[in-house]
Amino acid sequence: MNRRRFLPVLPILTLLAMLGPVAAGLWGTVLPAFGHLPAAGLAGPSLDPFRDLLDWAGLPRAVMLSLSTGVLATGISLAIVVLVTAGWSGTRPFRALERLLSPLLSVPHAAAAFGLAFLIAPSGWLSRLVSPGLTGWERPPDILIVQDSWGLTMTAGLIIKEVPFLLLITLAALGQADAQRSTTIAQALGYGRVTGWLKTVFPRVYAQIRPPVYVVLAYSMSVVDVAVILGPNTPPPLSVQIVKWMSDPDLAMRLEAAAGALLQLGLVVGALIFWRLGEVVVASLGRRWIAKGSRGRLDPVVAQAALVAGGISAVTVLLGLVVLVIWSFAGFWGFPDAFPDGWTLRNWMRFGPGTLEALGETALIACTVALVALILTIGCLEAEYRYGLSFSQRAVWLLYLPLLIPQTAFLPGLQTLMLNMGADVGRLPVMLAHLVFVLPYVFLSLADPFRAWDTRMGTIAAALRASPDGVLWRVRLPMLLRPILTALAVGLAVSVGQYLPTLLIGGGRVATLTTEAVALASGGDRRAIGVYGLMQTGAALVPFALALLLPALIWRNRRGLRHG
Amino acid sequence: MKHLAILAALLAPVPALADIDVSNWDAVTAEAEGQTVFWNAWGGSTTTNDFIAWVGERVMEEYGVTLEHVKLTDTADAVTRVLSEKQAGEDDDGAIDMIWINGANFAAMKEADLLFGPYAEALPNWALVDVEGKTVQTDFTVPTEGFESPWAMAQVVFVHDTDDMPERLGSMQALLEWTQANPGRFSYPQPPDFLGTTFLKQVLVDILPDPSVLAAPATDENYEDITAPLWAYMDELTPNLWREGKAYPPTGTAMFPLIADGELDLSISFSPGAASTAIANNELPPSVRTFVLDKGTIGNASFVAVPYNSGSKAGAMVVANFLMSPEAQARAQDPAILGYGTVLNMDALSEDDRALFDALELGVATLTPAELGTVQDEPHPSWATRIADDWVTRYGVSQ
Repeated sequence: MNRRRFLPVLPILTLLAMLGPVAAGLWGTVLPAFGHLPAAGLAGPSLDPFRDLLDWAGLPRAVMLSLSTGVLATGISLAIVVLVTAGWSGTRPFRALERLLSPLLSVPHAAAAFGLAFLIAPSGWLSRLVSPGLTGWERPPDILIVQDSWGLTMTAGLIIKEVPFLLLITLAALGQADAQRSTTIAQALGYGRVTGWLKTVFPRVYAQIRPPVYVVLAYSMSVVDVAVILGPNTPPPLSVQIVKWMSDPDLAMRLEAAAGALLQLGLVVGALIFWRLGEVVVASLGRRWIAKGSRGRLDPVVAQAALVAGGISAVTVLLGLVVLVIWSFAGFWGFPDAFPDGWTLRNWMRFGPGTLEALGETALIACTVALVALILTIGCLEAEYRYGLSFSQRAVWLLYLPLLIPQTAFLPGLQTLMLNMGADVGRLPVMLAHLVFVLPYVFLSLADPFRAWDTRMGTIAAALRASPDGVLWRVRLPMLLRPILTALAVGLAVSVGQYLPTLLIGGGRVATLTTEAVALASGGDRRAIGVYGLMQTGAALVPFALALLLPALIWRNRRGLRHG
Repeated sequence: MKHLAILAALLAPVPALADIDVSNWDAVTAEAEGQTVFWNAWGGSTTTNDFIAWVGERVMEEYGVTLEHVKLTDTADAVTRVLSEKQAGEDDDGAIDMIWINGANFAAMKEADLLFGPYAEALPNWALVDVEGKTVQTDFTVPTEGFESPWAMAQVVFVHDTDDMPERLGSMQALLEWTQANPGRFSYPQPPDFLGTTFLKQVLVDILPDPSVLAAPATDENYEDITAPLWAYMDELTPNLWREGKAYPPTGTAMFPLIADGELDLSISFSPGAASTAIANNELPPSVRTFVLDKGTIGNASFVAVPYNSGSKAGAMVVANFLMSPEAQARAQDPAILGYGTVLNMDALSEDDRALFDALELGVATLTPAELGTVQDEPHPSWATRIADDWVTRYGVSQ
């Protein structure tokens, strides 16, 4: 009885869990941005926070950095993914890249950023490998690579993590775009692989991957952890400066932080509009290009270049992990030695116990949040199935909303709001904040397989007198074991990687592997960073491995279910 | 400065000391048993983290106090936290029980009545502290008045790799000339990092004919005149810094790997023993040594303070007292562990306790107390705040 009334409200509850904190956080940002902060004895409205913000000498560069890193990272990673898919989908190199997807996806941003820094710094591994032999460098050259003023290294750090994400999304969209037949016909008409794909399949695929592309743009413009590790600091990108203002001992600085957060939101909205206009321009140019009928003489070159770019991006992440492993076991390792003087377990013995503690906290938060997200998601999808309560096409955008609004725009507000209400920081608020980001990913990951389930199975079960709940528990969920575990793994990985929500909402008291690793970045102890980065990667990677392994074990005598 | 004014405006009566009798040590230890102390301390240094973990084990064994290290990236975070709690009316059981603090953060918290105390001079081990010889009762010239207890002595030393830079330097002027001859081989942490700000103060103290003007608070009238030589110096120095001053190491410890890689030949540290400890941990090459300037260098003490709203004040006092014990002090001074200077008076110790210190090796790169020379006073905290703000405007946003 009860459950019947409960299930239909689940979609509303889910939306509330996802959008409630965002709305509250934005409200909590708007108030102090206009000078209203009762906790500091300040009452608005006033425009002083914006005046202070404009007075900050670093503002023009900080804004430029936010825009340039975001647009460049999104544009380049999208180009790599589209061209690789166009030139190689269905071939052997493409399948190799596909197999690398899950591990690449689950490497947390911070760990990938550390790996990149340890690779390409003037004293990084790449430079060590070729010095002094090829370069003649006995000492590292004094060149600004990591933390360069233009944010190029930071952009690269974002690209290597966004390429796998966009590739995954594109693969999912390909299935519904009828790509195979279109390319076959295009090639039969003499079009090159890449040109044919771009002219026939790309418009349909892009229409589907547009929301995730916007997510990548919004994320890249406002990221904090990657920017702290790889980004410039004189001045830093806007999002980093907002976090700095938030942690100033003077509460009044939060007004400036809030004004900055609103500016960040405005920048993201502006960039999204700019991107949308860009789409229109590309579409009209594209139509002209299609009408011209060019068959694509440069296709092989373009395809090769794209594959090289995609390969470099994947290999960089993997090599970054290798260099983290080396540092974590390194004794003294001076420049230009390619490998350490000696290998030691000492670093793991020193930092192991600390990482285990952080791992416990990380696992507790991630498991709770991912489970709650999974339950809400299954509830929503089941309500949709039983009562036809589905999200309309427009409402699907609501799912992406928490991912489109920059974290730096609403998390500071959420923290200030909690402060005004006297709510305690700690683990529970952190979990609620994580849920905002975990829910959309879990939902997006599970929705398609859940809907694709053959409903005739349900009909048969019902004919055998199974109740609707019985069908769900005994037929549908077991059959969907693999996608459910995958969705859970996605949720865990998203939660493990969260930096800003843990830092701001946890008030520094909730120490996860990610916050500990980024805190260590300031100390520069590469051995500790190696250990923490690897533990962080492991925490995100192991669930993915289990999601592959468990269904194979559980359904070892059910052949038809193993791939379901 | 307007920030401090706002802090001051937030003052409200604090029910300090209503709940605990600091002079009755037995009652304090009895109450402390079973309490959990959240110690907020900068978490960027892995050796310090290990030391704090060891303190946690010992106070658990000895007093049944659980110590949790909350690793901060910036001590100001903890100050914010306490201030926020006060605004929210959380006066009894705040998130923080103890803070590793000094300088401007202490001055701000003391000014805003955010600290518990006075308690420090009621701790049993206070009797062993070298009150005469070490600056343990003032913190950046601000009297501590028992609101924080010392646990380590720090002094600026310059860290150099003798393979690349065999000679020590005697003055800041000599350092400037050396960077002109060796561009790109020196850097300091980016202010407002405390060590970076300390470097700026060290420059000022060394090049001013009479640094005693810095003991009084900076004023709008005297600030520009007095700091003008500092900025002239920095304008000359910056183009020859590592990365031409376009990027800076975030903290002091982040400079060690840069020395190990040979990117830097020279950097500074606030812990005379840190270089020896880093050599032992494979973080620095064995050729590294330290030196101080002819006129001496700035020194100060590290303190711990207890927020007014801590729910485990007795536990925090027990930890603070343990930190001043000969056992903890000798371990902190061991270059293989931490290499921090002790706050204790050797003459006040029992023979057994003194033996703990006598048994310590100094460490290959650590100067003897005599070699460390004159300890110069910290300027009043108002100088540090202004200089750091000024630095950010001049060099921190322009590249």
